[in-house]
Amino acid sequence: MLKEEILGLLAEASPRGWLMEPQAKHILRLSGLDVTRFLWTESVQEATRFAAEIGYPVVVKVVSPEVIHKSDVSGVVLGISGDKQLGEAFEQMRAIRGFQGIIVEETVRGTELIAGMKMDLQFGPVIMLGIGGTAVEIYKDVAIRMAPLRGQDVESMLASLKAHPFLEGYRGAEPISIESLTKMLLAFSSLVMEFEGKVGSIDLNPVICNATRCIITDARIMLAGS
Amino acid sequence: MDLKRLFKPGTMAVIGVSLSNESHPANVIYNKNRLRYPVEVYPVNGKGGFIRGEAVYPKISDIPSKIDLAIIATKADIVPAVMAECVESGVGGAVVISGGFSEAGFVDLQNRIVSMAREADFPFIGPNCLGIFSPSHMDTFFIPGERMVIPGHGRVAMVSQSGGILVDHMAKCALEGVGISLAVSIGNKALINEIDMLRYFREDPGTDVITFYLEGFGENEGRAFALAVPECGKPVIVLKSGKTPAGSTAVKSHTASIAGDYEVFSSVMSQYGVVEATDEYEIVTFAESLSCYKRTIKGNIGIITGSGGHGALATDTCLSHGLKVPTFREAEQTKLFNSVSPAIKKIASFSNPVDLTGSSTDDDFVAAALALSRNKDIDCIIMLLLPYIPGITMDLGARLSLVYQQEGMPIIAYVPHMDKYNMLIEGFTLNNMPVAHSVEDAVHMAEAMRRYRSC
Repeated sequence: MLKEEILGLLAEASPRGWLMEPQAKHILRLSGLDVTRFLWTESVQEATRFAAEIGYPVVVKVVSPEVIHKSDVSGVVLGISGDKQLGEAFEQMRAIRGFQGIIVEETVRGTELIAGMKMDLQFGPVIMLGIGGTAVEIYKDVAIRMAPLRGQDVESMLASLKAHPFLEGYRGAEPISIESLTKMLLAFSSLVMEFEGKVGSIDLNPVICNATRCIITDARIMLAGS
Repeated sequence: MDLKRLFKPGTMAVIGVSLSNESHPANVIYNKNRLRYPVEVYPVNGKGGFIRGEAVYPKISDIPSKIDLAIIATKADIVPAVMAECVESGVGGAVVISGGFSEAGFVDLQNRIVSMAREADFPFIGPNCLGIFSPSHMDTFFIPGERMVIPGHGRVAMVSQSGGILVDHMAKCALEGVGISLAVSIGNKALINEIDMLRYFREDPGTDVITFYLEGFGENEGRAFALAVPECGKPVIVLKSGKTPAGSTAVKSHTASIAGDYEVFSSVMSQYGVVEATDEYEIVTFAESLSCYKRTIKGNIGIITGSGGHGALATDTCLSHGLKVPTFREAEQTKLFNSVSPAIKKIASFSNPVDLTGSSTDDDFVAAALALSRNKDIDCIIMLLLPYIPGITMDLGARLSLVYQQEGMPIIAYVPHMDKYNMLIEGFTLNNMPVAHSVEDAVHMAEAMRRYRSC
C-alpha cells in the first residue's frame, strides 16, 4: 500500500501531469530509495548556507513546472565550488521560465546509469536499466524487464548491457556496488507495482553508482494519461 | 473451461451449410470432414433439405447425436441466436468462422457472444478465424484439402491470430518434415486467447512445443501470457508482427520513449524464456530443434565437418548468433586424433571445427561424434554432413542417432539436399533428431536451445 503522503503528492501533481524533481525525490525517499541530499529554496542565502553544510562542490538545478528536461534550458550547473559561483548560478536559474526556486545538492561521483519505469498497456509495469545521462536515447544501451523484478532479472539486466564491463571496473576503473544497485532496483520494482493506474512513466536519470552506493540524483515522475 | 470436446470432438455439426453453393465455407468444412476424417459430421441449415442425399438438419437440436463441436459459419448477426441453441443443446464448444465482429467495428455483437459463452461456460474459438486443424482427426479450415500443404502428425502445436499465416506455417512445417499436434487459428480471440491455449497445451500429452504467431495483446494480456509460460513447462516460440517504432515526440520521459511496445514485448518474452523467431523460417526451425531437444544449452558448440569451408561458415554464423566455438584442449585433440582412421590422421584437423576432410568415412564421423559427446567444454554438436563425400553412406544418420541416444549430447545435422539424401535424413528424423538444410538453420537450431529457458 502506498503511503498517504505519496498519494497526496501524486494527487497534488495531477493538474500538471508530472512531478517536479523535489516531490519526485521525496516519494522515492519515502519508499526507501537512496536520493541525493538536497535543499529546495528560493533564497540565495539559504542556498549558500546549505552548500556550506554539505560542502562544495555542489550542483544547482532549476525547479520549474514549465521545464521537464532541465538540461535543454541550461537548468543544471555542476561543480559549483564557492558562494560566488553559486550566486551566479542562482541568477541564471531565475531567468528560466516558471522559476520556482532551485535545488542545491551534493555532488556524487561515479558511473551514470538510468533506471526507469513505464506502465505498458500489454505488460503492465516494466522496468528499464541502462547507461544514463542525456545521451541515453542515442546509445539506447538498456535492458527492459517486466516488474516485479526477481533477483535473476537484475543479474540478467546487468549482464545484457553492452557497457557492463564498465560496471565491473573496466581497465582499472572502480567497479560499482552491484549490491547497492540490486537493492535499489528491487525497491524501485516494489514501488512501481503500486503505481498501476496512477503513474505513466518514471525516469531516474542519472542514478550515480560508485563502489559504495547507488544514488538517485534526478527523478521525473509522469502521471498516467499525461 | 474444459476445451477437450472442442479440440478432440467425436461429433461435429457444421451450421450454415448452403444447399446451393458448394464453395460456401461451411460446405467446404462439411465435405472435407465427412470424406476424409473420422469425426462424425452433421450439416445444419434452417431450411432443412438434403445435400447429396444426406439430410440437412434445420436446427442443432434436431441432430440425433450429442454434438461435441459446432462450426458456426452463418452471417454474423445470427451467430448469437445460433450459439444460444448450441448452449441449449449441450454442445461442447464452437468454432465461429464468421467474420463481421470487432475486426469490422461490431464490438457490441462480439461482446454479446462472449458474455453468453462466459455465462454458459461454453468455449468457442474466433470469431473471424479458420479454427482448428487436428491431423488425422478433423479440420475446420474452409480451404479445400487439395489446396493445403499438410504436415505430418507430430508434437508441435501452432497457434495463430491470422489464419493465412497459419496455413503458410503449416506448409513450411511440411517442407521441413516437422509434424504438428494441433494448429489453431484464434482470429479475434474474443474468448479463447493465447493464454487459454498455453494452459490447454500444458495438459496435452501430444504436444511438446508450442508456437504462436502474434499481432498484439490486449490490456495486460501480455503480462498474463508471460506469467503462464513458466507454468506451461514446454518450450514456447513466438513470431510477432506489427513492430511499430517507439518514441512519439509527445512522449516526455526517456523510459517511455526507449521502451516502445516492441522493445517491451521482445524483452519480456526473453525474460520468461520464450524463444522469439524473427521470420517464418526461424519459427519452424526453432520448433524442430526444441521438439527434439527440450533443453537449455550454454551455447558452446563443437563442429564436425567434411569440408573446411563449411566449418568456417558455421563458425562465423555461430559467433554472429552469440554462440561460442571453443578451441579444444590438447588432450581432447589427441583423443580425436587417436579415434579416427589412419588415412585421415595426417590431413584432418582436430581443433574446433573438426575437419575430417573429403577422405573421411562414416566411422570417422561416428568416432568424432563420440569424442565430442564426451568433451566437457561443449554442450552441442553441429554435424556438417556432405553426403557426396565418397566415404559417407546413407547409414550415417541412424548410426549418429545411436551416439546421441548413448551419450545424450544434442547433435544437429546439416544435410544439403532433402530429396536426394532422404534416407540419410530419415536416419536422424525418425530417431527424433533435427536436420537443417542450410548451415545457418543448423546454427539457428542451436541458438533456439541457448535462448530457451524453462523458468
